[in-house]
Amino acid sequence: MVKLVEKAKILRSKNAGPFEITLDVLFDDKKIYEEVKDAGVITKEKIAEIYNLSLEDIHHLVYFDQALGIKITIARKISSGGPGDRDVYGAQQHAPLMNLEI
Amino acid sequence: MQKGIKIISPCGILGYGFPEQPFLDAFNEKIHGIVVDAGSTDAGPHKLGANVSIVSRRALKKDLSIILQKGLTHRIPVIIGSSGGAGAKKHVELTVEIVREILAELNTHARIGIIWADFKQQTIIDALKEGRITPLSSNIPNLTIETILDTKTIVAQMGHEPILKALRQRCDIILCGRSYDPSPFAALGIYHGMDPGLSYHLGKILECGALCAEPGTTKDGILGTLYRDSFTVQALNPMRKCTPTSVAAHTFYEKEHPFILHGPGFKLNLENCEFNEAGDGVIEVRNSQYIADDEMRIKLEGARKIAYRTFVIAGIRDPLLINQLEEVEKEVVRQVRNYFAEISVNDYKINFYHYGKDAVLGEQEPSLFFGHEIGVMFEVLAKDQELANAICANVRSTFLHFGYVGRKSTAGNLAFPFAPSDIEFGPVYEFSIYHLMRITQDPFLLEIVEV
Repeated sequence: MVKLVEKAKILRSKNAGPFEITLDVLFDDKKIYEEVKDAGVITKEKIAEIYNLSLEDIHHLVYFDQALGIKITIARKISSGGPGDRDVYGAQQHAPLMNLEI
Repeated sequence: MQKGIKIISPCGILGYGFPEQPFLDAFNEKIHGIVVDAGSTDAGPHKLGANVSIVSRRALKKDLSIILQKGLTHRIPVIIGSSGGAGAKKHVELTVEIVREILAELNTHARIGIIWADFKQQTIIDALKEGRITPLSSNIPNLTIETILDTKTIVAQMGHEPILKALRQRCDIILCGRSYDPSPFAALGIYHGMDPGLSYHLGKILECGALCAEPGTTKDGILGTLYRDSFTVQALNPMRKCTPTSVAAHTFYEKEHPFILHGPGFKLNLENCEFNEAGDGVIEVRNSQYIADDEMRIKLEGARKIAYRTFVIAGIRDPLLINQLEEVEKEVVRQVRNYFAEISVNDYKINFYHYGKDAVLGEQEPSLFFGHEIGVMFEVLAKDQELANAICANVRSTFLHFGYVGRKSTAGNLAFPFAPSDIEFGPVYEFSIYHLMRITQDPFLLEIVEV
């Protein structure tokens, strides 16, 4: 088993507007991208589990072959910069994804 | 090769700064316009709510001086998107003021097009009553009249249409209020008769400056060239290079979907795009598809003041306390509530953040804690500043001296890095409007000023 962080070239999170956070996993090798895609580990159910969210809070999970990337967009529980928010830019929410075993 | 329309984006946010020489060198060939995005919602709601900027006035003027001198010398339009950060009236006015200062210092004249993006509360209330407003995603509450009335500043993101109008009226400088980030770039392409799909896709890539290159940064420039059936991008600075993957990956950036992008009145479908290297570091993109919506909808943004904050940062090094931190904090809150029994618990809120443990992810943190110290930050949010200060002072003194079970360090529980320890933050805002509004005519007003 290898962790996703070891396979991905870019693994990041960022606001997609103030009410959603988008997680990008990008690869620089088509073969590795295909391996991860075929492994079928990254699913809406898995993301809901590791981010402690309900399934309906996972707004998108899309594999985009041209960019060798996977995009996952999740609902924010608290909007960017609102009271109780912990990450205004949403830039450090990717860490749980790094340890996914592929 | 056919002649293209060349657009320079000097940096990702006006006032972030950029290396001057690569920017100046770019003018060795014919450039058709300089376009720069000045705004973002990324830094949170306070810019819109409190009418402040994301960059300093000094930096704004420094970047604008370099850009305006080049634009005016070469007689090409300079377009600023989302002027002043949030693109509301105060932000645009600040930008106009700085442009006037620069023109006076250069002892020159220009025709300035100002496009306002502000909306009156009544306009939004009317639209709500007519059923023309919907939330942007499922986790955003439906809009109410009460929320609209609480929201003092409301803007909407403009498309290319009003900017195109300003270009057709031969403006030298166009200062846009809140804009969909790619719109000012797309407007210039469409003005020159280029395809809207390619123009908007190029805008999406250029609006972040050189972030689509490697190494990526928002603090450097990028050149985009629009052709009839493709566009190319390349870094201005020889130390950076675009690759097909870096450009394709940037199409992804900060958007909720990888290949369907929603803009004002249209969708971009980028599923069939091709990204190829056309020359050294020159990336060619094809097949960006523009699909007009049946109805024109614009994205409204508004922020309202909801509380005042006072906060404290302190370190905890005692392992006996670290082991029971959450329990101790619960007791601290209980004692504070007892002391201020006459104040309704609905008038204030106390939050604790444990840096080093789970401050960033909160209840989503999967890792178990191990460590020898914790940075604790606590805040009090209250309906006015005086109350926030009073409660926070009591939380701090109670926490500092709290006698928890098994305590040996009876002199104090917190290591404060600063004196005074309590920091008065001021008002706290939240995004209260992030909704789509259906419209039938262009609501963005163009004002032309000769300076």
